[in-house]
Amino acid sequence: MNAIEARGLVKIFDGFRAVDNVDLSIPAGSIYGILGPNGAGKTTMLRTLLGIIDPDEGHRSLLGSDDPLSQSPYVGYLPEERGLYQSMKAVDTIAFMGALRGMALNEGREKGRVLLEQTGLGHAADMQIKQLSKGMAQTVQLMGTIVHDPKLIVLDEPFSGLDALNQAKLERLIRAQAANGVTVIFSTHVIAHAERLCENIAIVANGKISFDGLVETARDRLRPQVHLETEALDGTWRKALPEGTEAEGNWWHFELPETGVEPLLEALIDGKAGIKSLSIERPGLHDAFVSIAGEAVAAAMDEEISAGELL
Amino acid sequence: MKEILRAAFVIGRRDFTAIIFSKAFFFFLLGPLFPLVVALIAGNLGKELAENRDTPVIGVMMDVQQAEKIMKARESLSKEMGPNYFAEMKLVGIDDFDALPDPQSLLTNSDVNYAVILSGTLDKPILTGTDGSLNSQKASIALLSGYANNEQSTILPEVQINSVESSANRLKDLRQATGQAGMVVLFMLTTLLAGMVLSNLVEEKSNKIIEILAASIPMDSVFIGKIFAMLVMAFVGIIVWSTMAYIGLSVWGSGIPNLPTPAVGWPIFLTLGVIYFSMSYLMLASLFLGIGAMAATVREVQTLSMPATMLQMVVFFVAIFGANKLGEPIEMFASIFPFSSPLAMLSRAAQVDILWHHGIAIIGQAFFALLILRIGVTMFRRNVMKSGSGNKKKRKFFGLFARG
Repeated sequence: MNAIEARGLVKIFDGFRAVDNVDLSIPAGSIYGILGPNGAGKTTMLRTLLGIIDPDEGHRSLLGSDDPLSQSPYVGYLPEERGLYQSMKAVDTIAFMGALRGMALNEGREKGRVLLEQTGLGHAADMQIKQLSKGMAQTVQLMGTIVHDPKLIVLDEPFSGLDALNQAKLERLIRAQAANGVTVIFSTHVIAHAERLCENIAIVANGKISFDGLVETARDRLRPQVHLETEALDGTWRKALPEGTEAEGNWWHFELPETGVEPLLEALIDGKAGIKSLSIERPGLHDAFVSIAGEAVAAAMDEEISAGELL
Repeated sequence: MKEILRAAFVIGRRDFTAIIFSKAFFFFLLGPLFPLVVALIAGNLGKELAENRDTPVIGVMMDVQQAEKIMKARESLSKEMGPNYFAEMKLVGIDDFDALPDPQSLLTNSDVNYAVILSGTLDKPILTGTDGSLNSQKASIALLSGYANNEQSTILPEVQINSVESSANRLKDLRQATGQAGMVVLFMLTTLLAGMVLSNLVEEKSNKIIEILAASIPMDSVFIGKIFAMLVMAFVGIIVWSTMAYIGLSVWGSGIPNLPTPAVGWPIFLTLGVIYFSMSYLMLASLFLGIGAMAATVREVQTLSMPATMLQMVVFFVAIFGANKLGEPIEMFASIFPFSSPLAMLSRAAQVDILWHHGIAIIGQAFFALLILRIGVTMFRRNVMKSGSGNKKKRKFFGLFARG
């Protein structure tokens, strides 16, 4: 079963197609990453899928229902722009968010305390949000997002604004939820996060989905890269190297030919190339992303990341 | 529908507790006391109350000596009982005693609004007036007459009661006064309280919680919850204020003003007052919340509050203008036009004892409030949340009944 399905989804803001004819199937019980640079339409897509806004065209279903809000008790959503009532206590905030999703207030309070204890914020349970640090408030909001044990958790840029330690904590939490059979969808502009966590990804650029499927499949679109160091510089074995091979001194870099690695090895040995070292690398998601979304989009994302690091 | 109300309750509960447990709410409750305090400091309150048209005046129609005796008795007893214990007394036609009209005509045709007329002698005082005023004045007159006659006496003369039915004409006038008083109170309360709703969604919008709300529950619930939280808060305020006013009037003032009984009777009139206040409040609050929701900043909300107040003023003038013209087009219009309908209908309740048209009015007002709410929600989703128009489910009447 698919947790989310969309067909021909279009969302136009003042003539700008923020979501442009999107088809999407997100399988239940997986970690799903939506990858793309800022302004690609990730947030708008998520908001449309969750029923916060209605699409201008197309059709979507959430947990099998055409009315996303009717599935509210089974969904948790962490918006990109975090925000809570400043004068509310941490534990009340979690309970309130649970109550919005149909949980009883007292139950939410109890569960909220447990969750805060687990994340080491037990001492902050009765503090007001305005007394907490930004990172702590984010954690409180995240706890409020999962307090009602949703079947589907949607996190919009959950890693932004977190330090490395908290990023690792969040990754553990996402894995733990997925291990319990919860579908976790998150958007990010950091390829590494998607690569580490996701089984499935969608690559979004300019409001369109350029790829939707397994991370494996995305990587398999590119041939593995072969890095070869030889003693000899020339010989009959050179014919076994595919077209477009880059030569760099005694190094040769090329894509693994379709015929596989064995014929290549035979040719190298028979031709006495004198193999000093040979490595075959599977392409990373970054390479796949470049090939799918294009150089320009990838460059934009790299810039964002380094800009983010500078800040 | 059930889910919408459940979610609305969650929102309303949050809002209500957030208001009640804030320090500002204490000042909100104290607010109406400020003008009173100023008046007390100026020291004019007692005097003005005495000059008020509603304070009863006893007309004394006795021969000069006896009249002066009773006036003196009032003066000296007032030292013991406090200045407001006895109603004010005025001598009537001392100079030309024989030319006086009978007490009854004095009651109805006089510049001074006499509550009762005291005539006869100190031994046999006669009190003329309507039943209500007679009951409240009888004991004091007996006391005053007895004291004026003989300061040592412990036996009080029996006061002869001369009850007068209010003339139909006069009753109508007085009921109009009740109606107008009701309208003024209703208008004051809605103006003071409904305006507060304008800024109600600004917090959620500025701290981005609106996104969490919109993802979890229908926007209708957010609006309904917020409006009812404010309504309940308004009732808390009203209960506190009226309790304070009641205590204040009983302790320092001349008691509750003796307004004529409205045509439908006090219990129904007060019940209708509560319902019409709620309706008036719900309509204006829906409108204001819808308008306020469109504003991006607090500054914009502040700017918007001026036209909003003006709108209420216009409604009030329409209603008050029609109040004394029962059955005329302007009054009919005021009763039917949703915003002025609660005011005009309350005035009607004071003057006419037909009940069924209140039922129709209340249902009409409730639907209108719902309609404004729906429009506000739709506008908000369309313009602020930038929700699309396509692929919408067929919404039945206002959408509220569409989702089970």
